[in-house]
Amino acid sequence: MKKNLLKNEGVQSLLASLICIVLGLLLGFIVLLLINPSGAGEAIVTVIKNFLTYSKPETQMKYLGNTLVKTAPLLMCSLSIIFAYKVGLFNIGTAGQYCAGVGLALYAAIAWQMPWWVCILAAMAAGALLGAISGLLKAYCNVNEVISGIMLNWITLYLVNMLLTLVKEETSPYTFQLTTHAPQALIPSLGLGKLFTNNQYVTLAIPLAIVMAVVVWIVLDKTRFGYELRATGNNKNAAKYCGMAEKRNIIVTLIISGALAGMGASLLYLTGFEQWQCSTASVPAMGFNGIAAAFLGGLHPVGAVLSSFFIQHITIGGAYVDKTMYCAQISDLISAIIIYLCGFVLFMKHVMNTGIAKSEAKAAAKLAAKTEEKGGDQ
Amino acid sequence: MVLLVQYTLTFASVLILVALGGCISERSGVINLGLEGIMVIGAMGGALTMRYLPEGSSDIVIILAVLVAAALSGLIYSSLLAVACINFKADQTIVGTALNLLGTAGATVIVKAINTAANPDDVSSVVQYPIPKRAFMENIGSFEFNWFMAVTLVALILVWMMLYKTRFGLRLMACGEHPQAADSVGINVYKMRWAGVLISGALGGLGGIVFITAGVSEWRFEYGVAGFGFLALAVMIFGQWNPIRIALAALLFGLFRALSNVYMGFDFLAALNLPSQIYNMMPYIISLVVLAFTSKKSRAPKAEGIPYDKGQR
Repeated sequence: MKKNLLKNEGVQSLLASLICIVLGLLLGFIVLLLINPSGAGEAIVTVIKNFLTYSKPETQMKYLGNTLVKTAPLLMCSLSIIFAYKVGLFNIGTAGQYCAGVGLALYAAIAWQMPWWVCILAAMAAGALLGAISGLLKAYCNVNEVISGIMLNWITLYLVNMLLTLVKEETSPYTFQLTTHAPQALIPSLGLGKLFTNNQYVTLAIPLAIVMAVVVWIVLDKTRFGYELRATGNNKNAAKYCGMAEKRNIIVTLIISGALAGMGASLLYLTGFEQWQCSTASVPAMGFNGIAAAFLGGLHPVGAVLSSFFIQHITIGGAYVDKTMYCAQISDLISAIIIYLCGFVLFMKHVMNTGIAKSEAKAAAKLAAKTEEKGGDQ
Repeated sequence: MVLLVQYTLTFASVLILVALGGCISERSGVINLGLEGIMVIGAMGGALTMRYLPEGSSDIVIILAVLVAAALSGLIYSSLLAVACINFKADQTIVGTALNLLGTAGATVIVKAINTAANPDDVSSVVQYPIPKRAFMENIGSFEFNWFMAVTLVALILVWMMLYKTRFGLRLMACGEHPQAADSVGINVYKMRWAGVLISGALGGLGGIVFITAGVSEWRFEYGVAGFGFLALAVMIFGQWNPIRIALAALLFGLFRALSNVYMGFDFLAALNLPSQIYNMMPYIISLVVLAFTSKKSRAPKAEGIPYDKGQR
C-alpha cells in the first residue's frame, strides 16, 4: 500500500527533508562548479564524507567523536527552537541564550571552581533568565519575541565578552583551559571516550543531549502540560477561554526554551573542546544553525537528532575542502540553502496531498467505471 | 563634537534607508526579517563595483555606478524572499532568517572565491576600496560630508511622497491592512507585495553599502553587518511604520551607536572609564526599553506576516 504510506505525516516530513537536503547539496555543488569546475566533484564529496576521508578506522572513529561532540550543543539549540515553535513562538533568541550559557558555565567553572553539574545548572539558569525576559516582554508588553530575542542576542554577546575577560589568559583573547585550571568542571567521560579511539572530548554530554530530546518529545506530546502549551500556541484566545493561563504559558515556554539552549552551551564548553574568545564580534552561529536543524528535522525532537548530526557533519566536512580552490564556508552556504528550502516544506506537502487526492479520485472513478461495465455485461 | 555629528549622521543614514525598506515591505504585508542578509549582499555588490571600476573614472560615474549596483544586488536578492513568501506562502520568519544566513555565507564564499582566483595565496574575505571611496566624501571644514547623507534625505522624501501622495503607495498600504478588501476592488495583491519587497530590497542594499563605507575603506565579509539590519527593524517599530518618525528614531539610535566610536573624545565619558562593550550594547538596550513601552499600542499593518491566499477571500 504505497499510497497510504505517503499519506503518513511522518513519512511526508521525512521525504520533504530529504528533498531539501538533496536540493541543498545540488545547489552547493553548482556553486562549487561556478567557482572552479575542476575540483567541484571532489569538494562536494569531501563535504559529505567528513571524517570518512580518513582511511584508518581508528582515526575515523576519533573524528566521528569530534562531530558528535559538536552535535550535542546543536541538538540542544534545535530542541530549544522546537519547544518554542510548538507553542507558536519563534525563539531566535536561542543564539543569545546559548551565548549566556557559555558565559555562566565557564565563569562558574573557572572563577568559582564549581563541579561540572553545577556549571550545567548555571548555564541553564542563564539561558532561562534571558528566555524569561523575552517571555515577560511578549506577555505583558506585546513585544515580538523575534525582535526582543535579536536585541538580547547582541546585549548578551557583549556582556559575556565582559564577564569572561575576567577569566581569560593574559596573553591571548581566549579563556583559561579547563583541563589545567578547572578539571573538576569537565563533564565525566565514563569510558565513552575509549569507544572513540581515546577521544577525551567524548563525554556524558552526548547521551545527555539525546535523553533531553526524548524528554522534550514526551513532555510536548504525552503530557497535559505539553498539551496546554501547544493549545496556547494554536489559539491564544481559545486557550484563555478554556481557563489556561496563556500569559504564564508563554513565559514558561520561553524559560524552558532558554534553559535548553543554555544547557547546550555547557555541553560543549565543559568538555574543554573549545575556549571562548573574549573579542568575539558576532553572536555564535550555533543558535542559528539550531533553526536549520529544527526545521530540517521536521520540527520533531527525534528528527532533530538526525538533522543535527547531518548539519554538523557537513559543517565539519566543509573544513576539509581544498583551500587553494574553495573555502570552508561552503558548508554554511549549503545549510543556509537548506533552511531556505525548508520554507517550501508546507508547499511540498500540499503538492503531495493533492497528488494523492487526485490519484485516489482517478482510481475511484476507474473502479466506478469498472463496476458499471460489469453491470452492463450481466 | 564634529566627529560625533558626522558618525551620528552616517549611522542614521544606514538605519533610515534600511528601516524605510522594512517599512515599505511591511506596509505591503510581508515581514522582511532578511534585511540583514540583503544589506550584506548590497554591500558586496557595491564594494565589488568600486573595486572593478576602471581607475580614473569621474566621481559622478563612481557614485552612480556604486549606488545602482548596491540597490540592484539588494533588489535581486530580495526576490528570493518574495517568491517564497508571496507565491509559495512560506513562513516569512523562516525565509527571512534563511536569507540572513545565506547573505553572509554567500558573500563570504563569493568574495573568497574572487580573491583566491586573483591570487592563490589570498584566502581572506576582504574587499578593499580606499581610492574610489574618496568619490563619496567632501570635506567641509573638519566635517566630512558624505554623499550618502544626501541620498538618504532624497530617499526619505521620495518614500514619504510615494506612500501618502501616490495611488501606488495608498494601494500598497491597503494590501498590508486588508488584502481581501484591496483585491475586491481590483488591486493585484501579489503584484503590490512583490513591489513592496523589491523596493525594500533596493533600500536594504543601499543601506549595506553606506554601512561598509562609513569610516573604513575595506570590509571583511565574514562579519556580515553586525546586526544593523535588525537594529533597523527596531527603528522601524519605534517609528511606528511612519517614514518621518522612522527618521527621528534613526537619528536617536545613530547617536548612541556613534558614541561607541567616539566616546574617548569626550572628557567626561572617557573619565567614566567604562569598557567599550557598554557603548556597543547601548543601542540594543535602548531599543528594548523603548519597545517595551511602545509596543502595546502598536500600529503595525494588520495583515503583515499572513500570506495572502486568493482562495480564502
